[in-house]
Amino acid sequence: MDYRYLPVTGEDKEEMLKTIGVDSIDELFEDVPENIRFSGEMELQNALGETDLLKEMKRLSDRNANVQDCVSYLGAGVYEHYIPTVVDHVLRRSEFYTAYTPYQPEISQGELQAIFEFQTMVSELTGMDIANSSMYDGPTALAEAALMAASENRGKRRTIVVSETIHPEALDVLKTYASGPGITVKIVPEKDGQTDLDKLEDMVDADTAGVIVQYPNFYGTIEDLAAVRKAADKENSLMIVSANPLALGVLTPPGRFGADIVAGDAQPLGIPMQFGGPHCGFFATTKKHIRKVPGRLVGQTEDEDGSRGYVLTLQAREQHIRRDKATSNICSNQALNALAASVAMTALGKKGLKETAERNVKGAHFFKQLLKQKGIQLVYEAPSFNEFVINLGRPVAEVNEQLFKHGIIGGYDLGEVSRDKNGQMLVCVTELRTREQLETFAKHLEVLVHETA
Amino acid sequence: MKQPNQPLIFEQSKPGRVAYSLPGTNIPEQSLSDILPEGSIREEEPALPEVSELQLMRHYTALSNRNYGVDSGFYPLGSCTMKYNPKINEETARMAGFAATHPYQPEAQVQGNLEMMYDLQQALAQITGMDEVTLQPAAGAQGEWTGLMLIRALHEANGETERTEVIVPDSAHGTNPASATVAGFDHVTVRTDARGLVDLEHLKEVTSEKTAALMLTNPNTLGLFEEDIMEMADTIHQAGGRLYYDGANSNAIMGITRPGDMGFDVVHLNLHKTFTGPHGGGGPGSGPVGVKKELIPYLPGPVLTKENDTYYWDNDRPHSIGRVKPYYGNFGINVRAYTYIRTMGAEGLKKVSEYAVLNANYLMRRLEPYFDLPYGRHCKHEFVISGRRQKKLGVRTLDMAKRLLDYGYHPPTIYFPINVEECMMVEPTETEAKETLDAFADAMIGIAKEAEEDPEMVQEAPHTTVVGRLDETLAARKPVLTYNTETSLKSMK
Repeated sequence: MDYRYLPVTGEDKEEMLKTIGVDSIDELFEDVPENIRFSGEMELQNALGETDLLKEMKRLSDRNANVQDCVSYLGAGVYEHYIPTVVDHVLRRSEFYTAYTPYQPEISQGELQAIFEFQTMVSELTGMDIANSSMYDGPTALAEAALMAASENRGKRRTIVVSETIHPEALDVLKTYASGPGITVKIVPEKDGQTDLDKLEDMVDADTAGVIVQYPNFYGTIEDLAAVRKAADKENSLMIVSANPLALGVLTPPGRFGADIVAGDAQPLGIPMQFGGPHCGFFATTKKHIRKVPGRLVGQTEDEDGSRGYVLTLQAREQHIRRDKATSNICSNQALNALAASVAMTALGKKGLKETAERNVKGAHFFKQLLKQKGIQLVYEAPSFNEFVINLGRPVAEVNEQLFKHGIIGGYDLGEVSRDKNGQMLVCVTELRTREQLETFAKHLEVLVHETA
Repeated sequence: MKQPNQPLIFEQSKPGRVAYSLPGTNIPEQSLSDILPEGSIREEEPALPEVSELQLMRHYTALSNRNYGVDSGFYPLGSCTMKYNPKINEETARMAGFAATHPYQPEAQVQGNLEMMYDLQQALAQITGMDEVTLQPAAGAQGEWTGLMLIRALHEANGETERTEVIVPDSAHGTNPASATVAGFDHVTVRTDARGLVDLEHLKEVTSEKTAALMLTNPNTLGLFEEDIMEMADTIHQAGGRLYYDGANSNAIMGITRPGDMGFDVVHLNLHKTFTGPHGGGGPGSGPVGVKKELIPYLPGPVLTKENDTYYWDNDRPHSIGRVKPYYGNFGINVRAYTYIRTMGAEGLKKVSEYAVLNANYLMRRLEPYFDLPYGRHCKHEFVISGRRQKKLGVRTLDMAKRLLDYGYHPPTIYFPINVEECMMVEPTETEAKETLDAFADAMIGIAKEAEEDPEMVQEAPHTTVVGRLDETLAARKPVLTYNTETSLKSMK
């Protein structure tokens, strides 16, 4: 069989073996002991030619219901937003996607400058001094923020106080990360869809390295960051905010409230949902923490003629130099998705970001009013960005099954998070939802809710 | 040739220009201040650029022209497996059923995604010789940490909490000791011997009842196969430790030998290396982890399960180490890796490894007369040479790497592994033609000659890139990580 990715011909092979001074490729593997040689052929599905493989992949893809063919109200950390067409055209430039980490700055100025611009945009959005070049995703960026907080003060503080209202999977990831170095994770309960601020204040003590909240939180409501700052200040703990970057087009940025670290996922900005990944974590902080930031940083500098250029910088923080003393083991990041987010932020620009964010707020608010009119109960009264919780009074999975018959992918079943939230649905309304779609959805919900009542 | 700077996108901005177009809306206009509480509405707008769509496209096209990828030319960056990134992968990953699905859609709506993931897990288990695979880890470093957390959970379940040490060779990638630290272990270094392999006697010395695991790459970072692997495995296993396989170098062994058959208990793979997920300028990658039976209960949850041709998530995993990443891993990269495996099949993947090794050995022998070769045995998919000889002429490995830029190549990995002086680590990969290897060898030989005859030419390289050598000390001493008008004054120079 011929392989289109393998250019070595029979003639090449003979010449190369001759230069090497062996008779066969097998001889090159003579140091692999006989008893661990793999004999026979690996049991893999048969190889397919390009056309057949495209058909097979299309078959798999078509076995899924996608949000382009349906109308989706799912959010809960992953969002369907308008992605300007230019984003993918830039991503397909293979000088970007077939390169690796820009170790050789002279031939990587394009990537380095794009990431420098990304760092700037993230700093602008979050209201922080600096941002890194990206992390795997929002939850791991948040977990790394917790580890960084615990490494400050010479590692003397060993507790992270986190609100129950952050994304449940982010909380799971945080617990896993914290268990390695033995950091204690204390959970502040939720009250009326927000962090219980009285409990938060009680729980912050002298061992608290950092306090974590999400903005807007998992239930869609907007946390009182000024109060969180106050609680953290009680014991000089760091304030860590996990933020939705699109929401920051309309919400006061965490930096304004004195956040020490802002982490999150740039997925709402130009990155397709892709069944949950790859997305793009971001990490922003203050100048004070610059030498403890995890991941790669791009910095501006000059060449010998004084011409402006960009390099990876402050690398002494990183695993390849510091090895076991590094703040983090992160190596590769999500550079290509950071590029996607940069292009999307450039396309939207100052005006578009604000307009998109406002559309989300207004669309969700309009839908809330509509549901109220239909007698559907909103679980929380607190203000929200583009998500909120409704009570269906019956199993959400059942309702979603019915909705799907009408081409609607219903919201997230909060019964998955905790049993006492059975019957509650987290609904997301983005700028892509039209008035007609919202009215249709409300009508179906009205029928489904009152069916059992 | 040196070129004027590409202005930052912020420097091209002018109020009033846009490059977006939101969908039409007939949702009644409402006032934001009626919806959001006072103090929560943003007052100062973020300084995002304001440009037209063409300005945007020209900017990023200009930036792409100042960048070098595998499609631009030969990229023998050792340990990174910069092979060709198939274009069909980019098409399949963008199919709507894959790209436009939400992770919280009910299982019944996404059976195609689950089927693909399940088959990919099976394929990776077969390639590595492991019993079960999780696709959750985002990248190699996260896979390493996940694997160590699994080993830690196993020891704890067995009541062996005194196992606090992870043994790592001195030639190991920096992520190995860093991952050990993040997983809460201490790390112990084992030496490399004169053969370029792990010093077996030293390994026996540092192995003890405190040993939790040995982390090993095989072939190792010098590109050499650890032929004593079974004895090493016995040493560690007899002491009660486990073996971790860093799959960064798996491009050398597919269909030839499998980590599972070499005695490894846990393995991670870098799907963006061996399995052609593109490197993306630094990511996203994907770092699945495979384990032997005894470690299955500890895998991150949920675990993908199949029953009567239906796929579902098993969330009932009481012994799991917990989640390491939200949702189900870097799914989009996994689609690409699956596409690649289905393109090549078993026979094709074996050929990949054979040709990767053939190409590396050929290039090594062509360079051998001109550079110091610290380890002369057959290499696997990559090899290291030393610039010691040229250093005596005042030409350092860094200089030669920069000179390679003038010849139109991406240089090899340099100064790694850290135990080889003036190291260059070369990994050609199987997707390169002999003509390319010959041209690269000629360039390297030319530079070696220049080092003797015209060292300044090499020392002052690069001469043809858009910027000259950049001042990294300045960047670190006075960090400028974001744009503001003060720092951009020199921009138009």
